[in-house]
Amino acid sequence: MTAAPAVSIRGVSRTFGEREVLRGLDLDLRPGEFVALLGRSGSGKSTLRPSRATNSPGRRSVVFQDPRLLPWASILDNVVLGLDGTRRGSTAAGREALDEVGLGGHEGDWPKTLSGGEAQRASLARALVRSPKLLLLDEPFGALDALTRIRMHALVQQLHARHQPAVLLVTHDVDEAVVLADRVLVLTDGRFSLDVPVDAASPRLRSDPEIIALRSRLLAELGVDEAAEGAHRPVPTT
Amino acid sequence: MTHAEYAVAARPVAVEPAPRADDPPVPGPDLVALPTGQAPAADQRRLGIPHGIERLLGVVVVLSGWALATGVGWISTKTLPRPGTVAVVAVDLWNDGTLQAALWASIQRVGWGLAIGVPIGTALALVVGLSRLGDDLIDTNISALRFVPIIALQPLLVVWLGVGETVKITMIVLGVAFPIYINTTTAIKSLDPGYRELADVVGLSKGQLIGRVVLPGALPGFLVGLRMSVAISWLLLVFAETINATSGLGKMMSDASLFAKTDVLILGLIIYAVLGLATDAGVRLLERRLLSWQPGR
Repeated sequence: MTAAPAVSIRGVSRTFGEREVLRGLDLDLRPGEFVALLGRSGSGKSTLRPSRATNSPGRRSVVFQDPRLLPWASILDNVVLGLDGTRRGSTAAGREALDEVGLGGHEGDWPKTLSGGEAQRASLARALVRSPKLLLLDEPFGALDALTRIRMHALVQQLHARHQPAVLLVTHDVDEAVVLADRVLVLTDGRFSLDVPVDAASPRLRSDPEIIALRSRLLAELGVDEAAEGAHRPVPTT
Repeated sequence: MTHAEYAVAARPVAVEPAPRADDPPVPGPDLVALPTGQAPAADQRRLGIPHGIERLLGVVVVLSGWALATGVGWISTKTLPRPGTVAVVAVDLWNDGTLQAALWASIQRVGWGLAIGVPIGTALALVVGLSRLGDDLIDTNISALRFVPIIALQPLLVVWLGVGETVKITMIVLGVAFPIYINTTTAIKSLDPGYRELADVVGLSKGQLIGRVVLPGALPGFLVGLRMSVAISWLLLVFAETINATSGLGKMMSDASLFAKTDVLILGLIIYAVLGLATDAGVRLLERRLLSWQPGR
């Protein structure tokens, strides 16, 4: 009784020079599933993102690591960039998406006037307004400060609950992965070396023993020895 | 009143009160000023009058010096006419219609040159900036042609096109197209490749990519090119009109040169300066309008 996958990635291989970064990868996401993909730098996680690698029926949106807003277009024009349909229809949808990410009233502003967190929220609105079946989050919070990042996590959870897209979150932040995802994949040497579901109750607390255990397991998989590096202290996994 | 006090009086908000004689003495030797890495600020003193008027003041000083030097007889009025004489000549030429006709002929040539040259430069920049093939085929040729002074093309152009309006406008077109092409191409090529990826992800068509991403992104470079183009167009106009023309400011001046009418020559120079300044100001206004999205504008 498996639901039809929202996205299938089949047999992706990718080599850079001598080095095979990805080999024969298969990945299915169920509709509405939130999957986090963890990997060390250079493990190939970013190469899983290219448009041609994924074969997904329906719309797909991407949130990049940088907000990537066109500086010469207003926030609203950035959100509705390339949207099909009438001007009036897309304007209404764009306003609604901006309201949802808490940027109502900023429609006419220039992107350069926004803070880093606000700009990334505008970029989330741009992804959401397309009602994607698959939402690709490519290390979207890496450039934000810790407090803003936590607020963004809450916003993403809220938006995911409301719109139910399948989400593939590419990240190197173990905490982010265990807090947000239904399933965590670890990419090592071009293969998935670990594929674990996260069953902890929601809302998830970082102090939940199950979360702490999973976090340690993931860190070990990524080659970080917590005891050696100072236990009970968040360890950057870059 | 010293200069420093004058500045304080003029801008009371921005300047801290001057130290008084009974203030505590300067810090002892144990306090060492750290180098700030900043160059000393430029002298910000102003005369306490509106900025525009202060700028005009410099022009007034030069004009007064001119009037004084010619009025007292330090410089012969045959060499350099008095400002009043030039003004009288301007009014005379305006009244008999010579000045308007010359101005109109010249402005038309520059206008046509820009109207044709700017789109050509922009279109070439788009082809070269957006396609590898276009880049390979066109860019080398233009880069080579760039080092040929436009003025050196004039004899050949005269053979091809005769001595009429066409050759004058063609020279201005060529002179205008180069800076537009070079600056716009550079701007397109230096656009963040991430924007192309974004356009791909949100599904922009080729036309939308050009209209929404490439052209607006290249606009700052284009406007730098436009400012250079406008300056060059006046330069080439003078050259084209002085060599062979039946109308225009250059013709008016070369006629005046034959009869050593220095007042008309000076008038022509002043008109060129004013026209150049006016068009440059126009482009700068355009920059402020179109680039309002840039921080600090």
